Amino acid sequence: MKDKIRIASGQGFWGDLIEAPYQQVTKGDVDYLVMDYLAEVTMSILQKQKNKKPNLGYARDLPPLMKRLLPVCKEKGIKVITNGGGVNPVACADAILEEAVKLDIENLKIAVVLGDDIKDRMDELMAAGAELKNMESGEPLKEYKDKILSANVYFGALPIVEALEKGADIVITGRTTDTGLTLAPMIYEFGWDPKNYDLMAAGTVAGHILECGAQSTGGNFLGDWESIENFAEIGFPICEAYPNGEVVVTKHENTGGRVSYDTVAEQLVYEIGDPKSYITPDCIADFSSIKLEDLGDNRVKVYDVKGFKETEFYKVSCSYSSGYSAIGSLTYSWPKALTKAKRADRILRKRLENLGLQFEEINTEFIGYNATQGPLSKELDEDLINEVMLRFAVRANDRATVERFGKEIAPLILTGPPSVTGFAGGRPKPSEVVAYWPALLLKTLVEPHVKILELK
Amino acid sequence: MKVKLIDIAHARSGDKGDAGNVGVIAYDDKGFEIIKKHLTTERVKKHFEGICFGEVERYEMPNIRAINFLLHNTLGGGGTVSLKHDAQGKILASAMLRMELDV
Repeated sequence: MKDKIRIASGQGFWGDLIEAPYQQVTKGDVDYLVMDYLAEVTMSILQKQKNKKPNLGYARDLPPLMKRLLPVCKEKGIKVITNGGGVNPVACADAILEEAVKLDIENLKIAVVLGDDIKDRMDELMAAGAELKNMESGEPLKEYKDKILSANVYFGALPIVEALEKGADIVITGRTTDTGLTLAPMIYEFGWDPKNYDLMAAGTVAGHILECGAQSTGGNFLGDWESIENFAEIGFPICEAYPNGEVVVTKHENTGGRVSYDTVAEQLVYEIGDPKSYITPDCIADFSSIKLEDLGDNRVKVYDVKGFKETEFYKVSCSYSSGYSAIGSLTYSWPKALTKAKRADRILRKRLENLGLQFEEINTEFIGYNATQGPLSKELDEDLINEVMLRFAVRANDRATVERFGKEIAPLILTGPPSVTGFAGGRPKPSEVVAYWPALLLKTLVEPHVKILELK
Repeated sequence: MKVKLIDIAHARSGDKGDAGNVGVIAYDDKGFEIIKKHLTTERVKKHFEGICFGEVERYEMPNIRAINFLLHNTLGGGGTVSLKHDAQGKILASAMLRMELDV
């Protein structure tokens, strides 16, 4: 058994710094690279891509990225774990395998975790008694069944552990919890018992600290952010894990950013609910038990984490089609920029009303004045406002209504208040609104399985 | 005495469906005593009037001198449906720090 392993975070979301994973495997020693690609919206986008082309539906950045990473990872023995397989992890693994063939790489095992995609099993699951009630509204899913774009169970660490036990160099999953990606190598390397909930919680907390990439190493830090050095070359987080569950969060030397008590604490509170009950498929972690100690030199120890038995449910994330939306904007300038933008808002609303268009919602915000802090925004002396951007957003059930709205923005330039500009992008186009449906499903109704693809 | 929250604490916010989460972290023990006493559910609900239209939940995390708030019905229907510029509640943290506490 190893006495410690180093797990590096390479992506905090799909669209994160493309250079980060390469830096993580080349700037210092690591044993694992974990990359989280999936947000709630992402699955539905991937499902749409797969509907158009059956060999798509995964994070398309992955194969070209793996082409760069593979020679380094192979040489150093670094294993890669990612949920970038989206709704088509097998196609993703195939595309990576193709890159490996081109690079003449031998002895490569790619494991694919399957079974999370339940979109085509809805009838069967409902017949078995699964209501998949919306966790927020309590509504059963039945009436929305035909609008469903994607439906996936969140698996935890254990399917990845199985993949590692089968000798995988790369593990590609579909919907796996962000925290499971980091916990899995700890269970595998240290032989942790999945029933030891304190250890499961320790690895889960480490995963939470890594899952948003540089957000734990100084990025988006609201404390003394001005003193953070070298954002341009910010180091992504690395967790140094020990068999007893202690973890040291750090980053490579000669990178920017900062790992301190404050930067790690800020990530701990990110997107949590009741801190005593952070629920994953692997355990319930108690975030109010976590102890942090700043060791200096960009090292923070995380220890004493308490955990409890996991629930009997998987969380399910479904997405369904819910109308169309569009956003139009125009910029008004001094003098009286805000008064002009507010007047334009009233004109636009009147015109839409006169057209008899029915919207589910209209939302106006004034960027430069109140778009981010609403009623908390300070009243400003209008003479000090240089410009204001009118941001006008609409949502409706039918596409035509939203499309018609798009034709009403540009005319405001010649038919409304003066000193207006910033209409270069053409008419706002309707985009499909994908709504998210969180639910629970008995674990016994779903079985993860691991498929191995091999280059000999 | 008035204390600006931004002088004694930092914060981070994000989304959980249509709810925003704001974790407020005091810089030291003295600051934590102040927020524990004065950063109440009612105070936060009042501060976010016109932004948060639902219940406010409050959870203390003395281990890191923090209090986590869940602001329900705040994000215009949640990340994918919301028409708000800040659909994911990223700015709620700095909006929270605008608060002044009577200590």
